[in-house]
Amino acid sequence: MINLEFIINMISLGSLYAMLALGLVIIYGILRLVNFAYGELIMIGGYTMFLLAGFTPLPWLVVAVLAVLAAMFTSLFTELVAFRPVREKSLTAMLITSFAVSTLLQNAALLIISPRARAVTLPQIFQTSVMIAGTSVPWRNILTIFTSLVMLALLTLLLRRTVLGIALRAAADNFTMTRMLGVPANTVISAAFAISGIMAGIVSIFWIGRSATVTPTIGAPPLLVAFVATVIGGMRSLTGAVVGGFVYATIISLLGVLLPPDLLEFREAFMFAFVIIILLFRPQGLISGKTSEERVG
Amino acid sequence: MLELNDIHARYGAITALRGVSITVSQGELVALLGVNGAGKSTTLACIAGVLPPWQGSILFESGSIVGKSPEQIARLGISLVPEGRDIFPSLTVEENLRLGAYTRSEKTEYQRNLDEIFDLFPVLKERLQQSGGTLSGGEQQQLAIARALMSRPRLLMLDEPSLGLAPALVDQIFELIARLHQRGVTILLVEQNVHRTLEIVDRVYLMNTGLIESQGTPQQLRTYADIEGIYMGVRRQGNT
Repeated sequence: MINLEFIINMISLGSLYAMLALGLVIIYGILRLVNFAYGELIMIGGYTMFLLAGFTPLPWLVVAVLAVLAAMFTSLFTELVAFRPVREKSLTAMLITSFAVSTLLQNAALLIISPRARAVTLPQIFQTSVMIAGTSVPWRNILTIFTSLVMLALLTLLLRRTVLGIALRAAADNFTMTRMLGVPANTVISAAFAISGIMAGIVSIFWIGRSATVTPTIGAPPLLVAFVATVIGGMRSLTGAVVGGFVYATIISLLGVLLPPDLLEFREAFMFAFVIIILLFRPQGLISGKTSEERVG
Repeated sequence: MLELNDIHARYGAITALRGVSITVSQGELVALLGVNGAGKSTTLACIAGVLPPWQGSILFESGSIVGKSPEQIARLGISLVPEGRDIFPSLTVEENLRLGAYTRSEKTEYQRNLDEIFDLFPVLKERLQQSGGTLSGGEQQQLAIARALMSRPRLLMLDEPSLGLAPALVDQIFELIARLHQRGVTILLVEQNVHRTLEIVDRVYLMNTGLIESQGTPQQLRTYADIEGIYMGVRRQGNT
């Protein structure tokens, strides 16, 4: 059961979940906000693909790029009109706002498009497979792994090599101090929302690539995955988000082959039992938020 | 250069400042002294824009800075080294310094500033690629001051830089402050170490319960023997 095909699928799923978790944790790290409207960015990406691929002659690669941009601009726009006005008030206000944004976007999709699932036209490569060492591996999975590697490399480069990236990491350590060095709060937060939106947009391509349909509520499952993965990995660290994504994918994939068929439909329940066990032993997540609480006097 | 007039500030319902007025002139080294809870750090927080005062005015180089954000105030050339240092533990020493220079965009200037910093703090050069969280307390304090200096501040505010340091390091920090002062940096210093502070500063404000109690040069203040006695006593308590 656990063969090459299984392993590649698992890594592909892990890559996808890692990108998902990263998009959520980059905002949490700075604002301590779990953005519950994050899943809706994936929905926006999905509907952009549905509209552009179905009703315009644009080549598919352009459609994909535009879907990512749509998710990014939605993310930036929600920050500007919804989160920024309540940012100084309280964390609770921001949390409630994120639920409101989520509901608003979902209902907009319900009203403007349809409550029913819409088929997204995908290029051939999403349906074909390639033979590797005697097993057939879907191209989709290889693309997922490749894309996530590129994104991780780009994100690392941004965070390590650019002043904006250093400021983002500093803001996650101590936001007020970062501002006192002259780094504008809005710049840092907008950058975080932009990165989050890009991650959601890229995930939307591969998430929707699995089912080839988009619905107004398509954002709920990936939001849950992202949330659980960051909790497993540790909310305070980007590395933790990646680790959490892979751990989540590993557990859920293993459950898929190891559970007896009668119990398969309870896979999620077993998944959460595992999460509870992990949290009992590592309440801070697998990767704790580095050194911020371990300062030497 | 800096002028606070009748500043009132509060944390929620708790009043922390009840009409503080101080001035700092170009090139001066001025200290705020007082026991815990006197409002020294709050005064600095008001100037840095972290805690907006609800009454009073703050003028910096003749312009009002009340209501400006911390990043705007930093861009005007006011730099605060907070109590507890607040270096970025997950960033390397170099990255900490690089962010300190965020308001200065010029690359050649950055390198020149960096060389000057290494001259003042040789230990930081050795630790350049280490993450800030792995430094010792004294090294972190040096890094915090160095980071503030990277912006070439017009006004440097230091909040209890000697707190929690070994006596030898305390001496080093005070020597450093005196040296920066000689180089012409304008400094507003908050301290509990009365004795050492009086040795290096131009002027002192004594604070108590959110008010300025008295002010003057160290010579003038030394004549109030009992006041110094009170603070010295407090200091001894704090050190044991």
